[in-house]
Amino acid sequence: MNAIHTNTSPGPLSRRDLLKGGALVVGFCIAGSPLPAAAARGDAAGPPDPTTIDSWIAVHADNTATVYLGKGEFGQGNTTGLLQIAGEELDLEMSQLKSVLLDTNTVPNQGATTSSSSIHRGGPQIRAAAAEARQALLALASTRLGVQTGSLVVSKGVVSIDGHPSRSVSYGALLGDKPFNVKFTGIAPQKPINRYKLVGTRVPRVDIPDKMTGRYVYMQQVRVPDMLHGRIVRPSGQGAYGDGAKPMSIDESSIAAIPGARIVRKGDFVGVVAEREWDAVKAARALKVTWKESATLPSNADADLFERMRATKTTDTVIADWGDAAKAFAGAAHVASSSYRCPYQSHAPFAANCALADVGPNGALVMSSTQDIYNSRDMLAAVLGLPVAKVLVQYYEGSGTFGRSCYDDCAQAAAVMSQAVGKPVRVQFMRSDELGWDDYGPAHLADVRAGIDANGKLVAYEYHGWQHGWMVNETTHELALQTAPKERTTGAGSIPVNRMSTGSMYAVANRRVVSHAVPMVGYLKGAPLRSPLDLSFAFASEQTIDELAFMAKTDPLEFRRNNIGDERWLGVLNAAAEAAGWKPRVAASALSDAEVVTGRGIGLGTHHVSYGAAVAEIEVNRRTGNIVATRIYGALDAGQVINPALVENQIVGQMIQAVSRTLKEEVTFDKNGVTSLDWVSYPVLRFAEHPHVTPVVVQRLDEPSTGAGEEVMGATAAAVANAFFDATGVRLRQYPLTPERVKAALAART
Amino acid sequence: MADDLKIKVNGQISPVAASADTPLLYVLTNELKLWGPRFGCGLAQCGSCSVLADGVEIRSCVTPVGAVAGKSLTTFEGLAAWYAQQKGLAQAPALHPLQQAFIDEQAPQCGYCYNGMTIKASELLAHSPRPSEAQIRAHMDGHLCRCGSYPRIMKAIQVASTTMAGATR
Repeated sequence: MNAIHTNTSPGPLSRRDLLKGGALVVGFCIAGSPLPAAAARGDAAGPPDPTTIDSWIAVHADNTATVYLGKGEFGQGNTTGLLQIAGEELDLEMSQLKSVLLDTNTVPNQGATTSSSSIHRGGPQIRAAAAEARQALLALASTRLGVQTGSLVVSKGVVSIDGHPSRSVSYGALLGDKPFNVKFTGIAPQKPINRYKLVGTRVPRVDIPDKMTGRYVYMQQVRVPDMLHGRIVRPSGQGAYGDGAKPMSIDESSIAAIPGARIVRKGDFVGVVAEREWDAVKAARALKVTWKESATLPSNADADLFERMRATKTTDTVIADWGDAAKAFAGAAHVASSSYRCPYQSHAPFAANCALADVGPNGALVMSSTQDIYNSRDMLAAVLGLPVAKVLVQYYEGSGTFGRSCYDDCAQAAAVMSQAVGKPVRVQFMRSDELGWDDYGPAHLADVRAGIDANGKLVAYEYHGWQHGWMVNETTHELALQTAPKERTTGAGSIPVNRMSTGSMYAVANRRVVSHAVPMVGYLKGAPLRSPLDLSFAFASEQTIDELAFMAKTDPLEFRRNNIGDERWLGVLNAAAEAAGWKPRVAASALSDAEVVTGRGIGLGTHHVSYGAAVAEIEVNRRTGNIVATRIYGALDAGQVINPALVENQIVGQMIQAVSRTLKEEVTFDKNGVTSLDWVSYPVLRFAEHPHVTPVVVQRLDEPSTGAGEEVMGATAAAVANAFFDATGVRLRQYPLTPERVKAALAART
Repeated sequence: MADDLKIKVNGQISPVAASADTPLLYVLTNELKLWGPRFGCGLAQCGSCSVLADGVEIRSCVTPVGAVAGKSLTTFEGLAAWYAQQKGLAQAPALHPLQQAFIDEQAPQCGYCYNGMTIKASELLAHSPRPSEAQIRAHMDGHLCRCGSYPRIMKAIQVASTTMAGATR
């Protein structure tokens, strides 16, 4: 057993060697070509020049095309949707299209695969590139066939003269594996929507056959020759942010009996490596480390956490301030006003993250399940002390990540260990690493107040929200380089209260929304979790709206219809209600003394764009406190939907996950650190508990495509909470709606 | 050391280099290079690593490899052949009917949990050819899916059940 430090000289490893290593892996990767275009480009560091069409599309001699998508497949089907967009413009069929492994030398930088942006923001880029490629191919065909481009038609990549199908030439024959050498201007004419054949259709997902036949390579399955297995060693759950994880002493003898196990330490970062995976696991468990004590967290018990948030000195931002809310409240016929408490929740990917790094003095190859290969490259370069251009990052799908789970932390851990030992290192996070050291979706505290006039019209709305922001540096970075705590407090990376999720769906003249930014130090580390805080906003805001409907003795659907100011909100509301067969009735007007009572609720929500509505039907066991969501219905308007089947699948997934988060999920902690470290202490919705889901896509072909991966979650949380009131006549203002909270709330009422 | 330790996986007997206390999962993935069983939690809580041992689903992440010597193991890779053997088919189909149903129903999202889902559902259908929805829910409850694809898994199992019933007629 040797303790290895980062000043140990690693063996020489040239960038070309790294690329060869990469090519080995690529060779058995995801269905598709082994990157012919990348080979043609040589090993210059990416990203490829986005202003040339060759960076986006290659046409091959066999009349197929490769589209260099910069957005990663995470199971949401975006690869299929983006290829549909390309195929539509190029008049190619799906069988003629493929994409490649994401790699910082190979694919253009389309930005992170976050915020449901693949189709919303990435789609227009792909469409414009494909249109420009088509224009270039038609120009070549015009010369070849001796007619103006206006006389040409294309089918399945074969260009012919209109009315003379025998006078034709294929894309492959025109360009076959040669570069376009065409600038990407973005102004090539695009196909009119009324001629779409592929967009808007239910094309099967391109990734599913390989996933179901076992050919698909997940990150956790990647291996390279001469590789060591690594595990991180940290306290079992993170403590207060800013306290770090400082090893005071390490007993090297504690792992002496494990063959080949070695300690890797850099700054406060501690890990172990071994040739055999089981030895690495055993060494990580056995290594005796004395950690500096951290006992400064509030516990997740109500008073501690939320009262500390409220009492903290915050940085306040007025998100919306329309009309005169104070005056309108004074004149309102009914006012609903309450506080709501919303938990820290974990990304909790089904499989803990894994990464593999091969780091030498001149360069690094890192494979990871990152949502942003280019951002990961920047972060890795900083941790490794290498120029960004010397770091090559490749993306391999892991299990669904739902935002920033531990993928970068894991990749940096692998990189630090590989740099230390001079060999490739594969790091598999264990379940407790992933749940204990996640950058969590932050807790949220809300004070919401809204008022109606005597006619049931909303006249005033006020939302105050408290939450801290998101991390800047990953835990491995902070431990290895011993850097000071850093938080995104302003700008695009911060998380203020979302104006769209807090009353924007209603026509209310007097509206005030204030975000109270709590400093992250002293709390848990935060990061975007799918539909960031929208469940919390909708849980608080839409229960307030529901209370007003109750005060006005109006059916909750009817109340919302009367107050909505936008036809697209009305469209999804009506679609969800129709799917559910909603019958008008005032909430809690059919209470029962039975042990198991039923209720139904409705809610609206979004993320930033798109429009979501949900109806939930639930059963509440008044004796055990257990809630079962039996049927849920969700409608989503995401503008032009490229593939309704994909969006239906996203609606189903979002709603199941939102039910899980509303009923079950809560990161628990005491003053020393996080205590929810496995699937028992951090429960998620199980197979036997899943509701029947009816997804409804509101197709609007003439509207721009917007996000479809997270916009029904808030509505779902709200619908479940409102259904609880309908079933019991009691409001629950803190989630998850656990049996303990249900029983306590019901007991308090009687 | 386990110099003479051997395991039978998908009909083939392989020597094991790892010590007998090593979890079976690490042997399957690192020595036999099988990609069906995969790490999820290492705690037998999620079902990602499931394999069949004499037709019974077990969690390979907590089962020492030494404990399965003498058993006949079936992984995701061997499911179609195992099905053919059960049904007395002359030739194994390319895919187990469950795999085909999962494709036809477009069931997976990330698909990572589908090893365990397929293994567990194949165990169910082997002894309960026409399970009710309640039976499927109860039988599959030890297998988590974080993407929320449970409803489509349910549908796919029901479709596969119908397909398999047809195959016996």
